[in-house]
Amino acid sequence: MNAETLSALAVPAEIDGRMPVEQSKAVVVTRVRKAYGLRPVLRDVSFEVAAGQCVAVLGPNGAGKTTLLRILATLTRPAQGSVNIAGYDALHEAHTVRRLVGYVGHAPLLYDELTARENLLFFARMYSLPEAESRVDALLARVGMRSRANDRAGTFSRGLAQRVALARGILHSPQVLLLDEPDTGLDEDAIALLHELISERQENGLTTLLTTHTLERGLLWSDMVVVLSNGRVAHTGASAEVTLPELRALYASAGRSGR
Amino acid sequence: MSSLQTGWQQLWSIVGKDLRSELRARQVWAAMALFSALVLVVFYFAFDLRIENNAAVAPGALWIAFVFASVLGLGRTFAAEQEHGAMDRLLLCPVDRQVIFLAKLIGNLIFLGVVEAVAVPLFAAIYNLPILGGQLLMIVVLGTVGIATMCTLFAAVASTTRAREIMLPLLVFPLLIPVVIGAVRATQSLVAPIVNDPPWPGLLVAFDVIFVTLSALFFQFVVED
Repeated sequence: MNAETLSALAVPAEIDGRMPVEQSKAVVVTRVRKAYGLRPVLRDVSFEVAAGQCVAVLGPNGAGKTTLLRILATLTRPAQGSVNIAGYDALHEAHTVRRLVGYVGHAPLLYDELTARENLLFFARMYSLPEAESRVDALLARVGMRSRANDRAGTFSRGLAQRVALARGILHSPQVLLLDEPDTGLDEDAIALLHELISERQENGLTTLLTTHTLERGLLWSDMVVVLSNGRVAHTGASAEVTLPELRALYASAGRSGR
Repeated sequence: MSSLQTGWQQLWSIVGKDLRSELRARQVWAAMALFSALVLVVFYFAFDLRIENNAAVAPGALWIAFVFASVLGLGRTFAAEQEHGAMDRLLLCPVDRQVIFLAKLIGNLIFLGVVEAVAVPLFAAIYNLPILGGQLLMIVVLGTVGIATMCTLFAAVASTTRAREIMLPLLVFPLLIPVVIGAVRATQSLVAPIVNDPPWPGLLVAFDVIFVTLSALFFQFVVED
């Protein structure tokens, strides 16, 4: 399946018979707070992401990156604040937001007993996608998994499983793609493929939020960086306006204040 | 496609996925069926089952076998999803939580149905009770819906805890008491009818309606953070 066919398939999913709202701001996070028990994880986190941008959310372990992405994905509710995705409130219109958001985590989360193709077909049915079979076959070919399409996911190495997970993340042509350390355990080819897929879709307006501990990659791939420190936004700005040494210093300072 | 059609399609896709996974893994069905058969045999040898006390003991043995097998097997349905983190991935999809609950419940009913297809004829044979028929089938179905509903809801609760194997029976056994009493008494009435006995099948229907409705409503709060 060639790139033309794939881009033809990359039509945004209809929502209740309507096409998704076109918004200049794809993600608006306003004063979001979250705590697990007495321990605050996010404290008044606010930022905005324009449609089509790639944002690297950086920070040491425990800074609140995964919790932030889980809130954006509607998996976790914030204690306070609001999250708006493509014009929809993630709290009160969570069902609609789920159609607009794709998520790829650091664990592939596939059903081991199903084949790669069956995994993707199952999720295609969950999103009620038209032409599910051709869409799935095209994506499997795109992520280099055509020859393993009928093998059970339980037999895949982590890298291969993550390729299928990536295909699943973009299966429903989301407007916003959340990538939570998707490069963990991937080889260089797979990382290049990941970058290619993000870049291709960014040209069609895909907004990407990416967390990673590889600062070079975060800076290179993104248009904007958000550095979290101990649940707070320590820095936000255009990637072009920050150098790698500056980013390293910000990251190190975030790590120190989190301890 | 209407939201009802979408929900219907999603429901059967989840059921199909669970059945296909179980048919390939063969983790739950075989263990549940063997376990319920063993409970029936152990009870048979543990009690002195002469003709006169058969009616009092045998239905209890049957339903205890079903309850134990359910707790043993159905606890796995959510644990397997949680272990792989796949539950989160399912929750990310635009699927009503009630649809996920009903799909899991239907899957569990099918699992239990297979177990009962093995256990009920075995029960009738070893306890020498010629009660196989439409009435027993109705009571088994009504009791099974109640047991499977509670096990499905509390398997979801227990799967989020560390000691899930211990938590599920602790949570579910007290709540199953009304269903077990109703099902045992209804089965006893088939063996030895009692005059002026309460309408146990009707009570089982009431329990089922209450359990299914409340569980479908509470499920969302159980699985969402």
